[in-house]
Amino acid sequence: MSVPPMIQPPPAGPVPWDKTFAKKLLADMLRIRRMEEKCAELYGEQKIRGFLHLYIGEEACAVGALHALAPDDNIVATYREHGHALVRGVSMNAIMAEMFGKAAGCSRGRGGSMHLFDAATRFYGGNAIVGGGLPLAVGLALADKLQGRQAVTACFFGEGAMAEGAFHEAMNLAALWHLPVLFCCENNLYAMGTALARSEAQTDLCAKASSYSVPTMKADGMDVVAVHEAARIAAQHVREGLGPFFLELQTFRFRAHSMFDPELYRDKAEVEAWKTRGPLHTFSARLKAEGKLTEEEFLALDAKANAEVQAAVDFAEAAPWEPIEDLLNDVHTPRAAS
Amino acid sequence: MRMSYREAIRQAMHEALTADPRVFLMGEDVGKYGGTYACSKGFLEEFGPERIRDTPLSELGFVGAGIGAALGGLRPIVEVMTVNFSLLALDQIVNTAAALRHMSGGQFSVPLVVRMSTGAGRQLAAQHSHSLEGWYAHIPGIKVLAPATIADARGMLAPALADPDPVVIFEHAQLYNLEGELGENVQCDIASAAVRREGAAVTLITYGGSLPKTLAAADELAGAGIDAEVVDLRVLRPLDTATLFASVKKTRRAVVVDEGWKSGSLAAEVMARIAEEAFFELDAPLKRVCSEEVPIPYARHMEEAALPQAPKIVAAVRELLGK
Repeated sequence: MSVPPMIQPPPAGPVPWDKTFAKKLLADMLRIRRMEEKCAELYGEQKIRGFLHLYIGEEACAVGALHALAPDDNIVATYREHGHALVRGVSMNAIMAEMFGKAAGCSRGRGGSMHLFDAATRFYGGNAIVGGGLPLAVGLALADKLQGRQAVTACFFGEGAMAEGAFHEAMNLAALWHLPVLFCCENNLYAMGTALARSEAQTDLCAKASSYSVPTMKADGMDVVAVHEAARIAAQHVREGLGPFFLELQTFRFRAHSMFDPELYRDKAEVEAWKTRGPLHTFSARLKAEGKLTEEEFLALDAKANAEVQAAVDFAEAAPWEPIEDLLNDVHTPRAAS
Repeated sequence: MRMSYREAIRQAMHEALTADPRVFLMGEDVGKYGGTYACSKGFLEEFGPERIRDTPLSELGFVGAGIGAALGGLRPIVEVMTVNFSLLALDQIVNTAAALRHMSGGQFSVPLVVRMSTGAGRQLAAQHSHSLEGWYAHIPGIKVLAPATIADARGMLAPALADPDPVVIFEHAQLYNLEGELGENVQCDIASAAVRREGAAVTLITYGGSLPKTLAAADELAGAGIDAEVVDLRVLRPLDTATLFASVKKTRRAVVVDEGWKSGSLAAEVMARIAEEAFFELDAPLKRVCSEEVPIPYARHMEEAALPQAPKIVAAVRELLGK
């Protein structure tokens, strides 16, 4: 059996997008960043409780990849999914209300930060079991294939999930059955506190994936242009019925794993070095250098993001608590009396 | 019409596959092999490989794929070869299938049916003899069925597939060769327990593979002048306690027969419900006959000694009645 191709990402160069599209992606990265910075603050105020896993530093991955997908596509994400939900089209109000545990939240306050769901945008959730979403994505793609729907199921997961049996079982099933799954691995180098090289014998993730005869591609997950251009090629491959595709996005989270994490496992210098490659400032600097963005425009986008965040917090604060009498709702699907 | 339990399961699946194009069967050796228990013999030729889908040995993967396929609009029947192997898929069943509707705030129901064989009695030793129905019955968000008769083997699948939420069906391996009469009407509910034998002296509560043993014990007791009522739980979650309480109210005594181990068993749950809500109907302490607290041994005499058997049930009833 021949080794499946390692597809080369498009060469770097000027941003290959018009100004409107470039600004849209920058705006989305800003929306995620400002929303999550506020979430961290609200966690300190105990407005948000439970686990809170911030995506700060990784925004280019969700923004670049999700803008390569269509409304009919399915999205399966992880417990670090605030950004994916937001970019996919779940309103910031509904996300914030969910974090507050209010019934106005996108999962009616039953899920919280790790379980954002939205049927309208085919967002099949945050999953708090590492690797748990991968078999689900295979099934969604199987349903599409058997029903003749031309959709892509994009499944996001971290490199930590690639040590789980679920990854291997899902890759094998998707490849064996030639299913339209786009596997998006957000490799942020640490599975909670365990570095890739301390947990995986094979640290070349594309090599692992290609052992299932799935084509692969690596992209710089700190560069929204690289992510988007790679994701477009990957999604196109899947959409054309050529089977699953594995995309590795090399990225880094700037914050702790969760709000409980004292970050004893990595050097501050390593974090600072990655911050110089931060997706927001590098992309905005690039757009400015290319004459596609002015400082005033950047400040306007940022102000707009901050205003959206404030409105979302106000909405979540004002939303009522669900009455305790509703506790047992949504365990089973209500059925009309026969 | 006379038929085997195996044939009843096969006919139920055949009917479902014929009636609804969204239904498909997936699992290890369901296709070319014809099903580990031959429940899908001939299906591959009739319905094709897309709908009779042989899977690799990936219980976690294909049960999870069943959940995704259900979310995507299909009505999967996922066959897990045995309850022993279902432990490899427990994460997907408990963390995803059972919880998804709730944690999505009611947005995503999972209309999935998982079938699996269960139980001991064939000298298959500790890793192939589990009765873990009680574990599954612990989990909110799923329904758990235990067809113990030809009629239930034939009838329970259709309402399980019509259910918008996950349903787990346990088929006791000792029942596949059971034969019996099947009436014209093959419809049944998946909500109620059933009185399989009327009696006045004691209620014997059981399910699944222990039903034939319990009915045999009741026959023997009848010979000794003890008139036992036998209640088949049928549905292990949610429990139909009304039927249990009505029977206990009549007989004022109950013995629970459960192939699960005694500690933390479904029998314990049934007894607790009776003790909580029907205590003053009782004239005697509750009793149970469960598996002994040992991994199921290989040697035939040891395996027999570890499991509930008709003589043990008879002895328990006699002890209870002081006869």
